[in-house]
Amino acid sequence: MTKKILTEHINVPGIETFDVYRQQGGYTAVEKALKTMTPDEIVEEVKKAGVRGRGGAGFPMGMKWSFLAKPEGVPRYLVCNADESEPGTFKDHYLMKHIPHLLIEGMIVSSFALGANKSFIYVRGELMYVIRILEKAIAEAKAKGFLGKNILGSGYDLELVVQPGGGAYICGEETALLESLEGKRGNPRNKPPFPAVKGLYQCPTVVNNVESIATTSWIINNGGDAYAAIGIGRSTGTKLISASGHMRKPGVYEIELGLPVEDFIYADEWCGGIRPGHKFKALVAGGSSVPILPANLALTLANGEKRLMSYESLSDGGFATGTMLGSGGFILFDETSCIVKNTWNFSRFYHHESCGQCSPCREGTGWMEKVLHRIEHGHGHQHDIDLLVDVSKKIEGNTICPLGDAAAWPVASAIRHFRDEFQWHIDHPTEATQPGAVYRGEMALV
Amino acid sequence: MTTESTIQFTPERLAEAKEIIARYPEGRQKSALLPLLHLMQEQEGWTSTEGMDYIARMLDIQPIEVYEVATFYTMYHVQPVGKHVIEYCRTGPCCLMGGDDVLAHLKQRLGIETGQTTVDGQFTLKEVECLAACGMGPVFQVREQYYMHLTNDRVDEIIDELSKQA
Amino acid sequence: MEDTKPQLLTVTIDGIAVEVEPGTTILQAARKIGPDVAPPAMCYYQPLKGSGGKCRACLVRVAAGSTKDPRPMPKLVASCLTAVQDGMVVENTTNPQVVDARNGIVEFLLLNHPLDCPVCDQAGECDLQNFAFDHGKATTRYEEDRRTFEKKDIGPYIQLHMTRCILCYRCVYTADQITEKRVHGVLGRGDASEIGTYIEKAIDNDFSGNVIDVCPVGALTDKTYRFKNRVWFTKPVDAHRDCPTCSGKVTLWYRGDEVIRVTARKNEWNEVTEFICNTCRFETKKTSDWVIEGPTKVSRSSVISANKYRADLEKPSFGKRLAAAEYKPIHDERDTSQLSIQQLPPERFAKTLPSAVEPEP
Repeated sequence: MTKKILTEHINVPGIETFDVYRQQGGYTAVEKALKTMTPDEIVEEVKKAGVRGRGGAGFPMGMKWSFLAKPEGVPRYLVCNADESEPGTFKDHYLMKHIPHLLIEGMIVSSFALGANKSFIYVRGELMYVIRILEKAIAEAKAKGFLGKNILGSGYDLELVVQPGGGAYICGEETALLESLEGKRGNPRNKPPFPAVKGLYQCPTVVNNVESIATTSWIINNGGDAYAAIGIGRSTGTKLISASGHMRKPGVYEIELGLPVEDFIYADEWCGGIRPGHKFKALVAGGSSVPILPANLALTLANGEKRLMSYESLSDGGFATGTMLGSGGFILFDETSCIVKNTWNFSRFYHHESCGQCSPCREGTGWMEKVLHRIEHGHGHQHDIDLLVDVSKKIEGNTICPLGDAAAWPVASAIRHFRDEFQWHIDHPTEATQPGAVYRGEMALV
Repeated sequence: MTTESTIQFTPERLAEAKEIIARYPEGRQKSALLPLLHLMQEQEGWTSTEGMDYIARMLDIQPIEVYEVATFYTMYHVQPVGKHVIEYCRTGPCCLMGGDDVLAHLKQRLGIETGQTTVDGQFTLKEVECLAACGMGPVFQVREQYYMHLTNDRVDEIIDELSKQA
Repeated sequence: MEDTKPQLLTVTIDGIAVEVEPGTTILQAARKIGPDVAPPAMCYYQPLKGSGGKCRACLVRVAAGSTKDPRPMPKLVASCLTAVQDGMVVENTTNPQVVDARNGIVEFLLLNHPLDCPVCDQAGECDLQNFAFDHGKATTRYEEDRRTFEKKDIGPYIQLHMTRCILCYRCVYTADQITEKRVHGVLGRGDASEIGTYIEKAIDNDFSGNVIDVCPVGALTDKTYRFKNRVWFTKPVDAHRDCPTCSGKVTLWYRGDEVIRVTARKNEWNEVTEFICNTCRFETKKTSDWVIEGPTKVSRSSVISANKYRADLEKPSFGKRLAAAEYKPIHDERDTSQLSIQQLPPERFAKTLPSAVEPEP
């Protein structure tokens, strides 16, 4: 059994209530932080822990906190990004639904560390039932004196507001989220200025993912060094992995970073292997935006070593043979999956979710989707594959926010690793458009 | 030409709306726009122009600011919809679990295509993108309720159940 | 003694150094050097606060961030929003990556554009036309259906052609910043976004006509000028009048003795210098209403400059430089001595070539 930091008590009956959560040792971090620590000491512990942003970018959280500008007389804000919408990712949904107080406790200590007196949890609007769970938990915590004025007699005030989104993937991008929180369209802002300087209401703001904030309680209770001792190298701690697709046991798993990908897929403790009677074809390791890998490259690095579930190991080999840990949306494909169809599906997603503000993303995502749609439906041309690669290159890196990259990578990587399959669709349109038809040419299945 | 709106919040919802507006710092009441639109849609079933104009007045902003926002986000139905809006996830992981086949069955069962409403006004079918329940796919949502691990039989049960609701 | 003058920063753009004040953007610094190195701007509009960053036409490469931190920036940056640092080295058209990205932007902007220049009133003074001339290709790789929109009527003065719109948001900023109540905005999202009023409504206020001048393309045009003439056949004349609402400083566009259009005055970057009211623009079209100042000096990189009094002697154009850079003698099987075509020698263009970095072979 690997170490569990976030989900240790998740199966305790009634853990969603304050009392049970408290019995399991909940809210001790708030007591410790507010009574015995200074905000700077907390930031220091989080830095020591080396925890990296769990929303996808993997930016060190302590460093992000230390960038927060602190001008006199200007309020500072902490905003929790719970706009989980990346296809393949459902860990925050799971965490908030089952153990809402973990997030609230993390919000309290993090807000204290950053000097915020009003903090927001921006939850995607589709999860309205989770919003109600969180609001109930906040009311409980407030009734017990852990929120509101003069928390635990420390003189520190904090108000938590749960804000619903309106249905837009782009609001998971931190500046789009802030725009949305200000009651506007979710158009990402040009950076700089970064939110740490000018964020919500033009005030210094930190935006962190649910899972990142939830780890802070454990770090305060056990120390940054203890957290850094878990995991591997610069990938410290544990990570929630959302496992979906063709496996025996889909679900959310908390793993210690550094676990071999092979173990995660095949061991009974986690995914339990590919669904019976089928073979492993491809893997999207970190949410739909990261490059897709064929089975052999998913399990081993180019040099033959085992690939591990860590930021470094998953990105080993760059875009040629690697991918990214991203948000931990682990989507497994067996040999019945059509890569072309899936690439079109993801491309349609990014087309649908583009905010339309900057031209490469607005026009490019639609173009890629239409070309992929043609190929998938038997109307592809020989030059379409090269066209897709070129269009994806013209989007990548040239947009206001990372959605452009997120739209480009799945297409570019699918063509890089499964070009034959695209070619087959173009060469054999009649065959390829039969119901359930999948390319059965030469490829490494595991 | 602006007509006096006939739509307004019920007293309970008005109280809730005021409580929502009070959450934000002074002068930042526009932040309440998304929650208020949800509240209005919960009451009216959809987001009408009159409803949006009412919210604009409440927040002291221009109506166009509300229209811009309501048309940006996918959850606001700016056209009238049926009693139950089925928002069906069409994204990759759900498709891997047979989402397309279940969707086809659902369409056949309801006798409508995506974007349409049944003749009796009971059901509207919408396809949406990822609902963050990928491990439990295929998934759809009706109002706040998630329905997971869908199969053709399960879909039939759900439709029967919803049809019976008064 | 403290120096009260702000320290000037030195930035080098395409090999040309220029001194600017702190807070200046790369685009403004480049404009200070001249049109030869100024990146194109489709959405940035200096008089409008908050504009810029959207079209990505002005992307440049920062080869060195500053003297203090000379590392290059990892991605191309929007020059209209990126502030200059002392010692910054910027590559504009000298960098093949930048040129390639811009070619891409033109292609993206034209994907769904109707290419109806022959019937578009904006033709000849269209930023997109100029941008496409400089960075575009003669053919398209786009085989899909073009996006269309339902036609919307936004009042008696302004014609909206949504299909031509590139979503620069300039008209939205204009309505926000110089009119009291904004009634139009961007509706929908992604490539289905459109400029509109949502409910059938006329954009009606004293300054609404200015959205026509700020529009970089033919999406918003003057209904009172519709199909009256091609802009390059008209004669612009600076004029003013005593207007109770605005400055009254305008440009009158003549066909013969007839004023067929009134616009605000624009500088060499196609930006309005002073916004004008609708009365001046739409209702005051008799020469006797105006005090004529003299012919407008036009110096914009566009067809509009043809046959006009020019503010400068020669307008350099990127297209010409590109032609020079790519110059190859035409391989022609025919006996060219039979043709009465004088082929221009490449030296003809060489003088306008910047100290270009040779692209990697």
